[in-house]
Amino acid sequence: MATTEEIRTDLADIVNEVAGIPADDVQLDKSFVDDLDVDSLSMVEVVVACEEKFDVKIPDDEVKNLKTVGDAVAFIERAQNG
Amino acid sequence: MSATRVFVTGLGTTSPVGGDVPSTWAALLAGRSGVRPLPYDWADQIPVKIAGVIDTEPTEVLERVKARRLDRSTQFALVAAMEAWKDSGLDESPPDPERTGVALPSGIGGVQTLLGNYDALRDKGYRRVSPLAVPMLMPNAPAANVGLYVHAKGPVQSPVSACASGNEGVALGVDQIRLGRADVVVVGGTEAAIHPLPMAAFGQMMALSKKEGDPTKVSRPWDVARDGFVLGEGAAVLVLESEEHARARGARVYAEVKGAGLTDDSHDIAQPDPEGRGGARAIARALLESDLSASDIRHINAHATSTPQGDIAEGLMIHATLGGAADQVVVTSTKSMTGHLLGGAGALESLATVLAVHHRIVPPTINLDEVDPAVDLDIATKPRDLPAGDFAALNNSFGFGGSNVAVAFATV
Repeated sequence: MATTEEIRTDLADIVNEVAGIPADDVQLDKSFVDDLDVDSLSMVEVVVACEEKFDVKIPDDEVKNLKTVGDAVAFIERAQNG
Repeated sequence: MSATRVFVTGLGTTSPVGGDVPSTWAALLAGRSGVRPLPYDWADQIPVKIAGVIDTEPTEVLERVKARRLDRSTQFALVAAMEAWKDSGLDESPPDPERTGVALPSGIGGVQTLLGNYDALRDKGYRRVSPLAVPMLMPNAPAANVGLYVHAKGPVQSPVSACASGNEGVALGVDQIRLGRADVVVVGGTEAAIHPLPMAAFGQMMALSKKEGDPTKVSRPWDVARDGFVLGEGAAVLVLESEEHARARGARVYAEVKGAGLTDDSHDIAQPDPEGRGGARAIARALLESDLSASDIRHINAHATSTPQGDIAEGLMIHATLGGAADQVVVTSTKSMTGHLLGGAGALESLATVLAVHHRIVPPTINLDEVDPAVDLDIATKPRDLPAGDFAALNNSFGFGGSNVAVAFATV
């Protein structure tokens, strides 16, 4: 199983690819919208890229709960272990 | 006629022969072709394996994240608009946004985004369709993104008429200024259709040249050996400005846009009227609206795509409208070097016409080894000087659907 830090690092690369945010800025306490300026359409791209990268399903209803990078990493960890 | 005078105060392009205006103009004067082998694996799938591929990839100019959110057609438009806006000086002294507009179509729209997303849907499922697909592929995406760049809050429009689109953009910009709806309108056209589907489609229409051998020799308007056009890609943008606005800020003026003529053949969806009657009416209308007489015209940038029928029809319409004055007109075809940019063609050729008027020199038509005997025009086969003093020039564009647009430019 991937560690929390491994998931965060991969997620940071995805956010960098989609939205151009420096990967080092993508830390667990950061809000996608308020801190990283990831708009709603880019968030959909991030979610789809995560589904492929981590081999998990992230339902549309769940996306609104993923406010911070930490929320997303925790969801992916649970999904992988579940 | 006391219509508001409209000046061209900025130019920008990214084309098959250069990544900006200086390199494009130098290539056109030097008679350098931008037609080359397709640099894509899919070229194996189709019989035509050449095109006027862009000289400088837009991803070399635009930020990576910005570029990935834009269809290739919008990338070209934005690169050209950035150059034109800076060239006009309006980047340093921005106009009133509510008095600023855009008229910048493409002929086909975001076809690469559309088909790329269809491939993703078919191969990997709906979840892989980009949430940005619609704002990328919509036909007004180039105009809207250029509008965001120049902060245009006036009319932002995309007047589509196939291969006449770019010229219609110029004509619409003039109208908006003369109707008092804007002081500044960023006009032009763009196209990015070098993809196997549009190339197969044009090939199936028998519109594309099937010539093999040296790619730079294939586009040969008016030559006896012409057999169809070569597809090109790219964009060109002109900044149009009311005389009052341009003078108030001391803008550098390249040329004046005197007026335009817009007609339709109403003959066939794809074939031009063989006698060029609709095009002739567009030229006549452009002269009338511009308050010009036939003897004022000293240069025509022809539509001349290198198709057997169209090149002959254009010669007929020039004689029908200019009469004996046609003898003092130097004609050229930019497409001999760039290929046919479809919705971008009228814009790039307007830009070439403006520079020909401004510098008083006409770029050559290349590959004209033996003129078709059915064509009686004074075609530039080397750079040709234009006279001192006041004169006017026309840029012709014709499109599927029967659209004909002639725009008249003049020295200032």
